[in-house]
Order: sequence, then structure tokens, then C-alpha cells
Amino acid sequence: MSSIKVKVKEKDLNKIKEICSAHGNEPGELINVLQQTQEHFGYLPAEVQEAVANELGLPVAKVYGVVTFYSFFTMIPQGEHPISICTGTACYVRGADNVLQEFKRQLGIEVGETTDDGKFSLNCLRCVGACGLAPVVLVGDKTYGRVAPDGVREILAEYKKNEE
Amino acid sequence: MEKVQVTIDDKQVEVPKGTTIYKAAKEVGIDIPVLCYMNLEDIGVENKPGGCRVCSVEVEGRKNLAPACATEVYDGMVVKTHTMRVINARRTVVEFILSDHPKDCLTCKKSGNCELQDLAIKLGIREIPGQEYAEMSTYKTDYSPSIVRELDKCIMCRRCEKMCNDFQTVGALYAFNRGFDSAVAPAFEMDLQYSPCTYCGQCVAVCPTGALTEVDHSRDLIDAISDPDTTVVAQTAPAVRAALGEEFGYEPGTLVTGKMVSALRRLGFDYVFDTDFAADLTIVEEGTELLDRLSKYLDGDQEVKLPMLTSCCPAWVRFIEHHFPEMKDIPSSARSPQQMFGSVAKTYFADKINQKREKMVVVSIMPCLAKKYESQRDEFKVDDNPDVDFSVTTRELAHLIKEANFHLKDMEEEDFDKPMGESTGAGVIFGTTGGVIEAATRTAYEMYTGDSLNDGIEFEQLRGFEAIRKASVDFNGTTINIGIAHGLGNARKLLDEIKEGKSEFHAIEIMACPGGCIGGGGQPLHHNDTSILKARQQAIYQEDKNKPIRKSHENPEIKKLYKEYLGKPLGEKAHKLLHTQYFDLSRKIEID
Repeated sequence: MSSIKVKVKEKDLNKIKEICSAHGNEPGELINVLQQTQEHFGYLPAEVQEAVANELGLPVAKVYGVVTFYSFFTMIPQGEHPISICTGTACYVRGADNVLQEFKRQLGIEVGETTDDGKFSLNCLRCVGACGLAPVVLVGDKTYGRVAPDGVREILAEYKKNEE
Repeated sequence: MEKVQVTIDDKQVEVPKGTTIYKAAKEVGIDIPVLCYMNLEDIGVENKPGGCRVCSVEVEGRKNLAPACATEVYDGMVVKTHTMRVINARRTVVEFILSDHPKDCLTCKKSGNCELQDLAIKLGIREIPGQEYAEMSTYKTDYSPSIVRELDKCIMCRRCEKMCNDFQTVGALYAFNRGFDSAVAPAFEMDLQYSPCTYCGQCVAVCPTGALTEVDHSRDLIDAISDPDTTVVAQTAPAVRAALGEEFGYEPGTLVTGKMVSALRRLGFDYVFDTDFAADLTIVEEGTELLDRLSKYLDGDQEVKLPMLTSCCPAWVRFIEHHFPEMKDIPSSARSPQQMFGSVAKTYFADKINQKREKMVVVSIMPCLAKKYESQRDEFKVDDNPDVDFSVTTRELAHLIKEANFHLKDMEEEDFDKPMGESTGAGVIFGTTGGVIEAATRTAYEMYTGDSLNDGIEFEQLRGFEAIRKASVDFNGTTINIGIAHGLGNARKLLDEIKEGKSEFHAIEIMACPGGCIGGGGQPLHHNDTSILKARQQAIYQEDKNKPIRKSHENPEIKKLYKEYLGKPLGEKAHKLLHTQYFDLSRKIEID
């Protein structure tokens, strides 16, 4: 019987320590710490959560509980081009669901997943404050308004083309 | 304290400001049904997430219903607890909970002992409207050495989370996900055996449904008894006799020692022995070790590890291994009574009856879930054959007795077999918080001073139910400071003191469960009534009084064991069979 070892890369651990100490290693700062950590790593893999728990003196089960409770946090690496479809009320009534289905069909992934080549990930969000443009889709920082299912191919092509 | 006047179901009650509706109602004898709510008054644990809404009541002037468990009363408040609106709401809530709950009650381990089932029966629920819209979760069942988790049966009351995090400070279980998918689990939904779980079983002790239960070894036991070639030996822990009766309609605190022995014999055990015998053996070893450390310390040895911590509770041992690995050399190296029993039974006793080790099956009857895990630890095996083959709980024994259609009340009282059924009052009190250290004090005092305790054998200052107790005992001019904690969160406080070099103690007794073994995770369920634990504690002290011999070192069979087989306490043979070592099981972050 021996201890359980959790491996973390040195520069990742240093970054986590930096974020935690910027918040005074306060257990009550968990959500802020996770938010910044995700900003840095793009997602929150298990070993990162272990390191955060260790720094803040919290059970890792609690950190995992918080990560899985808030839809903002993810344990799946995001694609190079994260796609977010607004399913807030205005977008929804103007057909966001059909747009979402089309993205799912064309990418072959479910909400919360990333394509095998790591290019695209798919998520939903609630209202970006551009209801006049409903339904709205975000790819990375770029906003697309009045998106219809038959416009999905064109949006994806834009990013596929850029890569070539 | 400021008082407020409240009217509940037309009854007037005056309560301190800040009291909840639930507690105020209780004052006037009104019992509001609850599900997620849990109040373990005697150990100061209250769980009131206000999540299930089963305790909804109507408050005059308030639009929506109020959760009685989490709503504070105010002066002039008028509450109705059983209007049609309340009853309908309560029904709807339970229907919702049942909508995504498995319906295999007939074969569920908790059937007949489930708080959700009780509510469904009470409310006469016959169908579940809207069931087709519920998303049934499909978590895999997790079998650890001690605890089974069936998350599909979790109703998110979060009582286990409260016990695991707040009371025990273990942090193995926490709520995760949301909505239909939410349940309680270790991080990343890993199996319990890889988590920092200590197997104390307090989560199981408070789970209202069948989501958390013990690993059941009843079938293994029946197989062993059915095999004519094996010698099946039982050992029963002290706390079992003080609780088993509750499963058969006895008042809490009724001792059923003799009837239990007779039931075990009729079930087919070849020998019915007592773990109390091994508890006496533990005291002789541990008491000698304490005196050894103390005299070295008094002679000026700075290296000696003090305080010495007791080591009979396997959940406590796992706690120190997981959470305080740097202190793993301060508990006594003495094995627990269960394991001392096993190693003596499979050597000394096996020789006596001329039976081979592999034909001996040693079964322990324990109030505990961690004992199941302890019996499977590698260091307690010889050529892969465990000293204790398996451990069953008080609840499992009760089921076996019922399965055999025995009526405990009608059974004769019988005595344990010799030699390993002989025990003293000191062995018995191992079952309660404070008992191990009192037993050790009785022996250490006489060994150290050479005087006889005679009438002063009961150390009242070590007894009680407070979370952390401190006492000093005068060893003829030398003051011995003793600390006692029950509950791992309380133990943590004493460990932190040691770590900071502030500890004033020479010896500390720690038990993981509330009240000690009497409140173990394998005992009949207390259903939130902790006065039951106190009744069991009284029964344990009564059993001690009933014993003609009350000091471990005076047990004639223990004396014989040393004379015929072991040699001296802490001697070579004793060391090999009766002592152990501890490991670092903590999680460590390492650079890749």
C-alpha cells in the first residue's frame, strides 16, 4: 500500500500556485480560482482540479462538485474554434434549436463535446444581449446574427478554409 | 434569550428567537414529516438544506409554502401543518422524488428500513404521475471493500455529505452534477477505494434510502457454515450485544449477550468466541507499550513518541494514513482486537484443536463497516489467507437470525465457549468512547504503581458523550494526561494540536464513530435518534459491572495464552502476531 501520486507539469503547477496565491489561497475563492484557471488552460482536467484542491486545502471531491455544477466549467478541452449557440428565449423562439441540430449533424458531436480533430467544440449559452440579431451564434469571439440552418455550412467552411 | 410566541395547528408555543418551525412544532408534540433533514442532537450535527420540501407547511400571510426544517419562526407566526394544500404539496414532492427513483423495492437492501419507502407508504402513493418525463440515471454500482454505492437510489438529501465533510472532515463524498444527473460521489466519480474514504460508514448510517449500504457477506458465511470440512469460529464485538436486540423489538440499551451466543450456535458456528477476549489482549500489549514509552519519556528520552494514540479503530487508522501520514508512527503498534483475535485463533487455537489454518474460517460480528476493509488488508494475511476471513455487521447478523426464523426473545441465554470467549469488564467497555483508554488505565495503573485499584476501578472522568474530553489520572504522584475524541473531525483537532507541539497529553483515545463503536456504521439504524446511542453506552457500562473480573491483565485465559504460547507482552512472538505498522496512503501532487 502506498500513497496516490497525481502528476502535474511543473509550469502548470506554478501557474496554478500563482492563481491560488493571488486569491490568498482562500477556500472561499474557489469559483474565482477555477474561472481563472480555466481561462489559462482552456478547460479543467482532473490533475488541475487536484492541484487547485491541494493549494486551497479543500477536498478534491468538493472542487469536482463545483466544476460539474456550473455549466461554465468544462473538463473537456475546447476546440480551436469554440462554437456557442444562444438558446436564450429570443433566439430559441426564432429557431436556435434548428440551428443547433444542424451544427450537431454537420460536426457529428453533441453539446459539450469536441470534434476528434480538435478543431470545433459545441456549447449552448443563454443570451449574449444581442436579441435583435436572434438567433445568434458565436465562434470564438466572432458573432453571427440571424443564422438559419442552411447558413451553418457556410460558417463552418470559413474556419475550415482558413486552416488550409 | 429573546422569546417569540408562535401558533402551530392552534397550539400556542413560546420558543427562543431563531428556532425553526420544525423544532417549535416538536415542542408541542407536532411531528412534521421530513426526508432530507437530519438532526443528530447529541453530536451537534444538523443537516437542513431545505431541498426536498417534504416538510412544507402553510404560514399565514405567506404566499408560498415554507420548509419547516429551514424556516425560522417570528413573533405572532401562525403555522398550519396539515391543511389539504400542505398534504397535496407533500404528496407531489414525494411523487417527484419517486419519479426518477428505481422501483425495485422488493429486492432492495433497505426495504423495510427506508425513509423514502416509509413516506410513500404513509402518503399512500399508488401511482406516479409524470413518471414518463423523468430521466432515470444509470450510474454503475461501486463495490468498495466495505461500502456499496448505488447512486441511482440517491435522492440528494446530502446527509452523507454532511457526515463525511463536516463531522468526519474526510471529504470523500460531495454532490456533483445538477438536475436529474446529480448525486453524491468522490471526485471524478472515482471508486470509493481510491478516494480518501476511511470506511467509517457514517454515510451509510444516515442514508435514508438504499444508495449507500454495507457490503453483504451473509452468503459467504452461509457457505462457510455449510462446508463440513471447515471449522467456523465467531468473534463478537462488545458493541453488538448492546444493539442487536433493537432489531428484535427490544428497547435500545437492552443487553442480549446470552441470546446472541445461543443464536450464533444454532446458526451452526463451531465455536462462539468473544472479541472482548482479544480486547483484553490488546490492553495488555497496548498498556505495556504505553508504560514503555512513558518510562522512557520520564527517564529523559526526547525521541520517544508521545502522546501515544490508540489503534483499535480501523477507520481512524485509515484517517491518519490518508490525512496525517507524517504522524503515522505515533499510534500504538498494537493491532485491533479483531485482528489479534484472528491471528491467535489461526495459530494458538488452531494448534489446540489440531486444525489446519486453511480449514479455519474466522468470522467477526462487528458494529463496523471499516472492519470489513481491515480484515482484507495485506499485512493481516499469511500466504494470502486472511487472519479474519470476513466480517459481518450487527445488521447482517440480525438478517441471518431472521432468515433462520429464530425468535431472539424466545432463545435461551448461553455462555461463550472457552478459551477465547473468556473476557473481563475492561474488554467490554471497548465498545464505547472512553472505554479503551479506561481499560488501558486500569491495567497501566496497576502495572506502574504496583497497587491494586480495588473499588476505584471506574474512572468517571473518562466517561461521557462530549466530543472531546480531557482528564488527568494520578499514578501515585505521576500525573497522566489523557485525551479522548470520538468523530474524526474531533480527532483532527487533537492531531492539529500535536502537530503544532501544543499537545499536553500522554495518551489519546480516538474512535471514528459518534459514541464509539456503539454508533458504528454497521449497527441497527438510529434514524436520527441519537438518544439510542446513549442507551447503548449505558448498556456497555452495565455489562462491565456484571463481570466478575474487570481488569484485562487478570483474565485467566489471557495469562494462560502468554504462559503457554506468547511469552511476554511486546516479546518476539507477541510482536509478530499482535503488532502492525502503518502506511502513507495520502494523495500527493508530483511534478511530471
